[in-house]
Amino acid sequence: MKDRSLVQIALYAAIFAVLGLLPRFDIPLAGGVPITAQSMGAMLAGVMLGGWRGALAIILLLFVVALGAPLLAGGRGGLGVFFSPSVGFLFGWVAAAFVAGLLMRVLRNQPVFASALVASVVGGIVVLYAFGIVGMSLMTNLSLLDATKACLIFIPGDTIKAVLVALVAQTVARGMPEALLSRSA
Amino acid sequence: MISLYLAERTWLHGIPAGWKLIALALISLAMTPLDNLPIMVALNVATLALYASLGRAAMAQIALLRPMWPLFAILLALHWWNGDIRLGLIVSLRILAMMLLANAVTMTTRMDAMMDAIEPVLTPLGWIGLSPRAVALAVAMMIRFVPLLFALWEALNEAYRARTGKRGGWRLLSAFCIQTLRLSHHTAEALAARGGAPRGPRR
Repeated sequence: MKDRSLVQIALYAAIFAVLGLLPRFDIPLAGGVPITAQSMGAMLAGVMLGGWRGALAIILLLFVVALGAPLLAGGRGGLGVFFSPSVGFLFGWVAAAFVAGLLMRVLRNQPVFASALVASVVGGIVVLYAFGIVGMSLMTNLSLLDATKACLIFIPGDTIKAVLVALVAQTVARGMPEALLSRSA
Repeated sequence: MISLYLAERTWLHGIPAGWKLIALALISLAMTPLDNLPIMVALNVATLALYASLGRAAMAQIALLRPMWPLFAILLALHWWNGDIRLGLIVSLRILAMMLLANAVTMTTRMDAMMDAIEPVLTPLGWIGLSPRAVALAVAMMIRFVPLLFALWEALNEAYRARTGKRGGWRLLSAFCIQTLRLSHHTAEALAARGGAPRGPRR
């Protein structure tokens, strides 16, 4: 593995952590509802770094969290989070980043905003919730349908985050095109 | 960085990390298929006794579960709706006890001891050309990046406030991404100049 990839994986794992620990964003569209930015991290890692590196960044983050660092939103961390009902989302982030990165590559001849939006929505919502809902259903003995109901409240917030990620990707593509590693070779 | 680790030494600190991890895995495997309310209550009582034996600082960490209460409420409500509140209670108690037990391991194990305990599991990574030492380097770099990125975000926020009088919030994200990538280029160059990331399995 190249040094640069290793550094970028560590960087995005750190960005993911920082997004969860920053003071909460007030996103205007959400009507002032404070939402943590952390679940943007997986979309961002995939869209910016590409599939493999994005997924590795999340794996690194989960590894450090398991070692005992309180790097998840609200200062959560340690082994305890792997026994919580939302554990499916933790592993879902890995798949989310991978799929988002893959889609960025597949759509690399399309406009940045549109392809980043598609990548974020499919990876960061469809794939993520598939993992999250199955995980919740397994952990809580709820049926898949009930687990889906319990997760639905987060979807509007995540849709806004997908739009934000797409905006960020577009701005970065303008300001520093070579930074959008998911689209280069 | 705030740590979940308890600085004050307790008896659980003295047990090697590997044993604690194995015990946690075994308890988890044993408890997952059980749906017996008395056993789950007993497990929770035992867990609380464990925390009590670790002292006041350990008891205070139970408060970390506070953000979980709404989730437990939803969980109980959904099971109640399905007409099986007993199952809801069992599941909630199991999750509660397992999270507390797992946290007890985290609380009493230093991160480097945990890393050493996990290292044998990382050996197979060597077969696909990824050195466990590169993993250790990535972990160290990530932990070092966190405060650095905070400072970077603060600097961007200050600059934004100086221009507009408002908090930057999400508007800073793009600038933040570009700045951090520049930072990563410098770090990669510095790393390459010092011989690059470790490749082989040998120290």
